[in-house]
Amino acid sequence: MILELFRDPTFWTVALGSSLLGGVAGALGVFAVLRRESLIGDVMSHAALPGIVLAFLITGSRELPPLLLGAALSAGIGALLAVQIPRRSRIKPDAALGLVLSVFFGIGIVGLTVAQQRPTAAQAGLDRFLFGQAATMLRRDVAAIALAALLVLAFLLLLWKEWKLLAFDPVFARACGLPVGALEALLAALMVLTVAIGLPAVGVVLMSALLVAPAAAARQWTDRLERMVVLAGAFGALSGGLGTLMSAGAGQLPTGPLIVLMACGMALLSLLIAPRRGILRRRRTHARPAG
Amino acid sequence: MLAPQVEIMLVAALAGAACALPGAFLLLRRMVLIGDAISHSVLLGIVAAFLIVRDLRSPMLLLGAASAGVLTAGLAEALLRSGRLKEDAAIGLVFPAMFSLGVVLIARGAGSIRLDLDAVLLGELAFAPFDRLTWGGWDLGPRGAWVMGTLLGLHIVFLLAFYKELQLAAFDPDLAQVFGFWPAWLHYAWMALTSLTVVAAFDVAGVVLVVAMLVAPPATAYLLTDGLGRMLLGSVGLGVAMAMGGYSFAHAFDVSIAGAMATAGGLLFALAWIGGPRHGLIARRRQATQQRWRLAMQLLAVHLLSHEGTPAEAEESALAHLPSHLRWKPDFAIAVIRRAEAAGWVIQEGERLRLTEAGRQAAREALMEGEWVFLLR
Repeated sequence: MILELFRDPTFWTVALGSSLLGGVAGALGVFAVLRRESLIGDVMSHAALPGIVLAFLITGSRELPPLLLGAALSAGIGALLAVQIPRRSRIKPDAALGLVLSVFFGIGIVGLTVAQQRPTAAQAGLDRFLFGQAATMLRRDVAAIALAALLVLAFLLLLWKEWKLLAFDPVFARACGLPVGALEALLAALMVLTVAIGLPAVGVVLMSALLVAPAAAARQWTDRLERMVVLAGAFGALSGGLGTLMSAGAGQLPTGPLIVLMACGMALLSLLIAPRRGILRRRRTHARPAG
Repeated sequence: MLAPQVEIMLVAALAGAACALPGAFLLLRRMVLIGDAISHSVLLGIVAAFLIVRDLRSPMLLLGAASAGVLTAGLAEALLRSGRLKEDAAIGLVFPAMFSLGVVLIARGAGSIRLDLDAVLLGELAFAPFDRLTWGGWDLGPRGAWVMGTLLGLHIVFLLAFYKELQLAAFDPDLAQVFGFWPAWLHYAWMALTSLTVVAAFDVAGVVLVVAMLVAPPATAYLLTDGLGRMLLGSVGLGVAMAMGGYSFAHAFDVSIAGAMATAGGLLFALAWIGGPRHGLIARRRQATQQRWRLAMQLLAVHLLSHEGTPAEAEESALAHLPSHLRWKPDFAIAVIRRAEAAGWVIQEGERLRLTEAGRQAAREALMEGEWVFLLR
């Protein structure tokens, strides 16, 4: 059964797509985690839902490009609101995040039920955006993911020093004369892009974990940013591949939760056994008598 | 038996009120994201308990769910304390792990479990009238109404019994802890009650939208009121309004009830954020504008006062010279002088401006406040 799977070109397409996606999300997620903004990805992915549904209601088709454009637009609006509400009112950031993600998701759900009233059969697959269905990934979807991954990678390398400063000391970065606001906006745009291409495979509910978990795992193994980004990318790619394999092998299981489970498992394992930072390891060094 | 719509409304309103109270404290204690995490991991608790007892109506499910909620909060806290992860990453790691495990378990056992993913995400409020509580052959009404009503009652009792403690813990958690006003058992009792409410509301609104019921009413009330008591009352009122408004909308347009309730909550918040009295965007802008005019008027008064009775008075108080002395644009200067005249601080005498007694008083007060100093930069 597994051998059959490996001979199936569709499987390789899907596995390649999920791995690329996991890799790019993992690498980019490092910056979200280091900037203590892990949950902004959660807001973006939930906020993407109304955009997807609205794009469907306007175009009437399930073609991915317009849906993902809608997703990116509303994800961007959601993230902007989550940042602006605490700046322009007495509401604290955590409340703004929770509010924006749940309300946008609610609007999206209302839109989904409106779409379901349409007589056409085209809406049938819209709810796959909730938990993701990587199995439906086509060759050109993978090409789109690859293109986006290249774009994100190019920006990461091109502005490496800037990102580094932004991740560790934004105040110093501002003092150096870096356009911090513009860089933050660019970082948010890259995250929106990553979230949008990840939605068909992982779904809006769990997409944020693909940003957070690989980075949290990588953080346990190294203190250097370069290594952390590479490691997080590798962890993410591995989770994408393994999750797809399990999903394809087990039949009806949705891909998103499996990919996320793989990534979270790696994070948990890293938290426990990583050298120097691992929780088990540290306990042992404590137990050793001094001197 | 009441009409089904009325019963659904009743359940929704009770759920709105019961969620708003713990939500208000989550908001004040900056623990909204813990609430979000709990609402996701509750799923794993329900599924795990079901796999053990194999009965969807067993109270064990509720217990499993509530313990999953407390476990989530505990795990996130333990990860944070271990120093390996910051709070946001700890929360962002724990709840997706538990939630995806729950989803996978449901998908594996599909068919044997009636819990389907749509119900998980959206709740089953529309079916509330079919799940009835009977006792000795008597139909006591929808079970949901009793569950939410009981929880609301528990919250009110808890609130009345520990109002001072809750108040202190909300506004100064460190002080509350140091002085032993908020001991660990009280914290976990409160967390357990909160988890239980989230679990119960899970049936009504589903995973993500429970968060809307927890946070939207208190956040809106927080923008509209000052003081804990008023905020709590406002939260409950807004929670009921959000639930009933959302249900009416959903009923009229035949869309998802939970989605419409969250949308209604967002709408209420948006209205309060933009148009709220005191804390709204418009009110804040108006206050800022008024403040700017007041400072300008004070500067004018101080300027006139400081030159009163000096040889330069004629020159310094000449209407034609004021803009250049105060470095104001002529239009702005005219507007300020108009406002100062209207306030009775200055009167125009020919080509000169003279302070009234009220104006002198205002200038002295401004000097005492020291606010004008900032304008002299």
